[in-house]
Order: sequence, then C-alpha cells, then structure tokens
Amino acid sequence: MPYAFDEQIGHLLRRVGFGARPDELETFRKLSFNGMIERVLEYERLPDDVDTHIGQPGYVGNTPSAAGGFQPNTNIGDARQRWLFRMLHTNRPLQEKMTLFWHNHFATAFSKIAALGTVGQVLATRYMAAKPTEDPGRVRGQLEMLRENALGNFKDILYNISTDTAMLYWLDGYLNTAAKPQENFGREIMELFTMGVGNYTEPDVYAAAKVFSGWNLRAAGSGAGLHAEFGYNAGQHDTSAKTFSFAVYPDGRKTIPARSNLDGMQDGRDLIAGLAAHPNTARYLATKLYRFFVSEAGAVSESFVQRVSNAYLRSAGDMKTVMREVLRSSEFWDDRSYFTRYSWPAEYVVKCLKDLGWRGFSVGGSTLTSLSGMGQELYNPPDVAGWDLGKAWFSTGSMLTRMNFASGLTANQRNRLFDDAWDAANHRARPFARTPEALVTYVLERVQTPPMSSTVYTELTGYLRATGEWTASETQLKTKLPGLAHLVTGSAEYQLV
Amino acid sequence: MKVTRRAFVKGGLAAFTVTYAAPEFLCEVARAQGARTRNLVILYLSGGNDSLSMLVPFNDPFYGSRRQGIAVPTSSVLQVGIDSSRVALGLHPRLVGLHQIFNQGRLALVQRTGYPNQSRSHFQGTDIWATADPGNPAGLGWLGRYLDSLPSPVDALVGWNTTRDLPRVLQADHVPVPAIPSAAGYTFASPNSTNVAEATAERNAATRIASHVPVNQPELAFVYGSTQAALSTIDRVASVGAYTTPVVYPNTSLGQAMRAVAGAMVRGIGTKVFYVTTPGFDTHAQQGVNAGSYVTLMATLNDAITAFYTDVQNQGLLDDTLVLSFSEFGRRIDVNGSAGTDHGAASVMFALGGRVNGGLYGTAPNLQPGTTNPTLENNSADVHFETDFRSVYARVVDNWLGGDSRALLNGDFRNPALTFI
Repeated sequence: MPYAFDEQIGHLLRRVGFGARPDELETFRKLSFNGMIERVLEYERLPDDVDTHIGQPGYVGNTPSAAGGFQPNTNIGDARQRWLFRMLHTNRPLQEKMTLFWHNHFATAFSKIAALGTVGQVLATRYMAAKPTEDPGRVRGQLEMLRENALGNFKDILYNISTDTAMLYWLDGYLNTAAKPQENFGREIMELFTMGVGNYTEPDVYAAAKVFSGWNLRAAGSGAGLHAEFGYNAGQHDTSAKTFSFAVYPDGRKTIPARSNLDGMQDGRDLIAGLAAHPNTARYLATKLYRFFVSEAGAVSESFVQRVSNAYLRSAGDMKTVMREVLRSSEFWDDRSYFTRYSWPAEYVVKCLKDLGWRGFSVGGSTLTSLSGMGQELYNPPDVAGWDLGKAWFSTGSMLTRMNFASGLTANQRNRLFDDAWDAANHRARPFARTPEALVTYVLERVQTPPMSSTVYTELTGYLRATGEWTASETQLKTKLPGLAHLVTGSAEYQLV
Repeated sequence: MKVTRRAFVKGGLAAFTVTYAAPEFLCEVARAQGARTRNLVILYLSGGNDSLSMLVPFNDPFYGSRRQGIAVPTSSVLQVGIDSSRVALGLHPRLVGLHQIFNQGRLALVQRTGYPNQSRSHFQGTDIWATADPGNPAGLGWLGRYLDSLPSPVDALVGWNTTRDLPRVLQADHVPVPAIPSAAGYTFASPNSTNVAEATAERNAATRIASHVPVNQPELAFVYGSTQAALSTIDRVASVGAYTTPVVYPNTSLGQAMRAVAGAMVRGIGTKVFYVTTPGFDTHAQQGVNAGSYVTLMATLNDAITAFYTDVQNQGLLDDTLVLSFSEFGRRIDVNGSAGTDHGAASVMFALGGRVNGGLYGTAPNLQPGTTNPTLENNSADVHFETDFRSVYARVVDNWLGGDSRALLNGDFRNPALTFI
C-alpha cells in the first residue's frame, strides 16, 4: 500500500540514486524529512560493503566477460557489471550517483587508452576501475578515485584527476613537454572541468599547456603490479611565467611567476586552485547540478544557481555542503520538478531492475549490449564532453533498445513479477490481479513512473483483454503480466525520472 | 505527417493523434512517375581533420620543415594537379579510391573552408558547423531546418541518422529523424515473442499508446515522438536490413553505415538525408606517416566511401547521390611534441557524386610564417579560412536540395565560384 510520502521518497531516490528497491522504500518511510536527507548525504556512516554481496544469492547475477571468472579490476565488461551491481544494491545511493556525475564531468574513455600500444585492455581497465585493495600494484582506478571523493572537495578532485593515470593518457598529458606543450588537457580543464566555454581565451589554452608541461607518467611497481603512474618530470617543465586572462590568485594576480624546474610543479597546483576557486566554476557546477538533480525542463533557476554557487564558494568547494544546499532547495522539492529528467540508460536499466526484480537476471551479457545500444557504455563516454544528455538519449534506435531491454527483463522475471500475482497455494489470482483495471492500477502504483493519462490506462486494460476474455487464470497472468510490465516500462512516461 | 487534434476531456490532457503518410505507396507512385530521389549523405569527420595531411601542398617549402615527422613524402602523395594559386597538391597516399574518383571528375575538394574567428573547441565548433550559425550555435541544425521546410506530409524516414544519438545537424523543430545504427537490430521485441497473437497485440497496444502525443507536456511528448517514429518505421527498415550486394564493405562502423545508406537508397524507402560519421580525427599524438593514427583514419574513410561509390554506381544511383564532408576545424600547422597536431582553424571539405563537378576549389594556404601572409592566422600557426563553409552549404541547398539557401541560412552566402554541384 502506498504511504503518504511515497511520492517524495520516490522522487528523492530517483534523483540521488537509481530508483527505489522495496527495502529502500521501507527504510525511507520510517525517516523524517531531515533524516532522509542526512541518510543520503552522510552515507559514510553506513558500511561500504556492497561489493561483498556480488555473487551471493538474492542479488542480481553477473556474467563474466571472459574465461577465468569475474575480474572487475582487469576486464572492463566485468568492471561495468560491478558498477551496475553497486547502483542496484548499494545503501549509499548518492555515492554511486555522484560518481556517475563525476564520470560524465571528467569524461574519460577506456577505448582510447586500451588502444594505445603500450597500454592494452588489462592495464586500461586497471587505470579506469581497479580497487587499490585488489590490485597487485595498488592501482586506484579513476572511478574508484571519483567514488572515494564523490562528496569531497572539488579542488582535491581536480588535483586528483589532473594526476590520474587514465586522464594523463586520455588527454595526452603524458606527452606534454616544455619543447612542445600539449594543449588537450590545458583546454579541457578550463572548458569542461571548471569555468566553461566563453570564460577563457585561446592564449589561456597555450598558457595552461605550459603550466602542465612535465606532468607526465612514469613506471611503477613490478611484475603483475607494474603500471604507469603520475610523475612530475622537472626537466620537461616550461619555466617561463604564464599569464592568464582571469585571476589565478585570490589577490587578483593573473600571472603564474617564472619558477625553476624543481619548483615548477607548483604552477599546476596554483592553476588548479585558481580554477577551483573561480566564481565561474561555481556557477558552471551549480548549473550542471541543477540539470542533473533538479530538472531538465525549462530554464535553469538563477536563484538556485546563486544559492548553490554561494554554498560552493563559502565552503571552498566542499561538495557535501553543496549537495546539502541542492537537496534542501525548494526547486528540488517542487512537485513540478518530479519526472522532469530524461533517464540516462544506466538509470533506466537499474530502475527497471528495482521495480520489476533482479533475481535470476544478469547485469552482464545482453544487459551490457543493451546499454551500448541505448547509447551509454559505462567507462566509455563518447568524448571528453561526456554523454549528450536529455532529449539526445531518445533517438528511435535507442528507444527501441530500451523497450527491448524491458522485454528481455519481463520475460526473465515472468514468474516473479510483483510478488507473483498468481497465488499458487490457493490456485487463484491475488485480488489485485482479478480484473484488468485492478491489475493496471496496481502495476502503475508499484513502479516509479509519472501519472499515466486515462488514454494510456484504457489502452493498457484493452491490451489485457485483446486476445480473449479476462479470466485471471495462471496461464493468462503469466502471459499478460510480462506484456503489461513491458508496455509500462517501455512507455514514454517511464523514461522520465 | 497527418495531424488531427483531439481533446481528452476525461484525463484533462490535450493530445495529438499522429499518423504518418503511407510511405511505400508514395514511393511506388513516385517511382512509377519517373521521379528520382536526390540523396544527400552528410559525412562528419569527428575530432578536427588535419586537412594538410589529407590534401597535401607537397611542394610548399615550409610543409616539410613545419611538419617534421608527420609530413607525407612528396614521392607518395597522389597528385591531383595545381589549384588556381598554382600550388601543387596531392591526396594522402591511402586515399587511392578517392583519387580514382577525383580522376573521374566526381570528387570536388574545397580548400580553406571555415568562418571568421573560428572556434577551437570541439563542442562549440561542431555546433557551429551543425547549425551554420556561429552567433547562436545552440539552435536547430541546418539540415533539420531544411527538413522542417519540406511540405507536409513529411515521411518518418525522410532522414536517417546512422548514429545512436541525434546529431545537431539533423535537429529539427517538428520532423523527428530516426536513429538507426543497425537496420538488423531495429525491431520490437515481446516477452511473448513465441506467441504471435500476443506479440501482435502488444505491439498494437504500444503503437496506439504512442500515437496519443500529450502536447501540453513537451518533455514527455518528445519521447512519445521517438517511440512513434520508431514503431512506424520498423517494417521498412527491416527491408533495408535484408539488403544484399556483391560489393564488399569494410567491417568498420563507417563501412557498415555506408552499406545501410546504399541499402536504403536501393530499396527506395524515401530517405532524402543521411548522416554518417567516423571518429578519431582529434590527432593530438602519433599521427604517423606510413603507419599511425592518421593513416588508419584515411584507410577507414577511403575504403568505406569507395565501396559505397562503387555500389551506388552499380545500382545506377550515382547521379542521385551527393556526399558532403565536414569537420569542426583543421589542425595546427606545426607538429606538437607528441608527433601530432593541436586544434587549428580552416580545413578542407569534399563533395562527391555523379553530378559533382570534380576538381580543386579555393586556394591552398602558403605555409611560410609572416605577418603579411593572408592565408594564415594566429601568428601564422593556423590556416586562415578563405571560403565560408556556409557558402558550400548554400550551394548544396540551392543546387541539390532545391531549397532556398538565403532563408535557410539566414543570409546570402551564395558564392558563384563554387560550381562543384
């Protein structure tokens, strides 16, 4: 039975997480408003034990992508499955959601790194996804770094990403030398990671490339642990002064002074600090957070952007403070914000699993193929700007792939859907399944979907009667209920979160 | 698109009920009347094409010195003659098929295309090329606006995008362009697929639901439009998926996309505008000379386009075909420290097809650094544009698509020297 605040809880869990498992819904029903927000934000009070459940009964299954078992630290397909598992089963939904936000923000693609002759698939997976506790060389993959810092300080995240092995390969920083500065990272750190396009000039790009000259890679570890890691290459650093069009320092100075090779790494620290503290960065992030957590409909609320930017600047980039402002905002809780975001493919897939069930289903194999067809390969965004969001997810081809994923899932869950609408002990349908109208109403209440129009409701009950009179027999239920669940989760409405 | 308005009083929702014109029928009528369909295939070279490696000014004394380690040797370029500024040019050695098409007079190369104050950002640059509107690159695509300008009814397959996401080029106000990365996978599955009656009932229900577009909820209506367009095109796309040809296409994503385009043309399903893309042109590192990333890019491009050209030629459709390429920018003249090139400015566009007047258009840059060299910019680091890319679009709109470029491009960009089509 629905509770008084299920709409609000559903909204919160769709946005800070990936929908609501039945047990999550139960947990949140018992909490106060403040209790819900603090449970979401202060997730470090809950154990980070989700990975220990991988492979256990009662949880979603996996399909090793290669021979030799499930290897999420060295096989990218298995890494994707581990992340989907976390999205589904974590009790720290915001940690996974922010990690996805950062993954898109600092979009780094596995495929380019794996294609480098000196790297290959295994090392590239380690650089993207390895858990340091499970890696022979203690490699912390980029995603693990983002996950550990999901609500950390933005300046720290920016420094970590600037020295991240995968990023140094991805934007060619490993090749950035004094003689021939490499502009790729220097441009994107301003355009995409901090201030946004229009807030820097082309000469700023050339200066930023010089700032990060010598931020390269070096070999570390040995044997199975051998890997590349960040190393400041003093001999390859451009020691000249670098002047920007914007203030790099709190006192308004725009020039990073000339420094010796040995001291030159400070250049990059100064620029990172300057970019992280810049008001344009605060606005850029606040705007992205609005679109991610609040709404993709209409204009971005200027008042929201100002308040969230202020929270960012006041806290010197503490993302937990920033997110507290987001989750306490009137814009977030305005019921006109409900279901105004187009679900990302990963959100859609995990929400389907939470709504329809996961026992006996695998997040590997065809689930990964489906995600690819929907346009989202985790660990492999299309370019450094991340995925095209919003409407761009909904081409005809990707919409068909969503519907076809739902078809596969509903077929797989045929005998389990909605606690088994067939009461086997008493040889009859449960009360909610005895008429098409009751069944449609029940299903629409059970899943996370915006209200359906009476037209859709009529078409759905019409479908239940389309091939013969409704008898609520076991055969009919086990045929029609998957079809109905498919039509609902494949509907346009269900795509909104 | 036939649109009838109905109000759903009970649910309090206004809705459009949408039905698309019956396209097979229209196609057959058109064919019986002898009408030909002109096709435009837009080819996006994603990442910023290094046009100095694609169309090489091999005799320029500064070409070798400024591009040490990545310069294409004079002995291996595929010469295409001299342009109007008397610069000798050659195609990249891996563009063997394109060279043959050039020699047949069916490949036009438009040099130094760009626009004033060219953006070096991938994202802004791509949006500018897609919208043909440097002042407001967040708007609709130039071909999307063309599709919007077509008289109703507009068939749901009038455009065919071979990528998963709708590119801005094809973003239209009221014509949804389907995304069909693979004709074979473009189907509607059912959990009761072995039971034909049930599966049919389900598909019928999905189709009816999708036809009631809730127009007062624009976010939701957009998704309805995608579903509607998908369900109404599945059967025709399946006919393309079954297309067979003796021409062997390379097993690259571009090769398979070009194969689907040829299939759609041969099946005559009514598509006018196709969008294909091939990635990887952001060659910041290891471009290579005889091997390396740029060689691979040229191989992918050459082999897919050549197979397509041969296929449509065999099918007698070459005269109905125009392929037009673009990229968001060219690249820096000087090689960087990673044997690659950074983001630059003007680049080369090419057009090929049976009605193309092949040859070299515009003039090559003079690579000599100096403040008085008008062909360069950014302290002689980048190639300065000579032909506004909108002039190339204008020619295609006016002389191929039968549109009005001044209305579509919000200005008169017609250039009488651009006689490539």
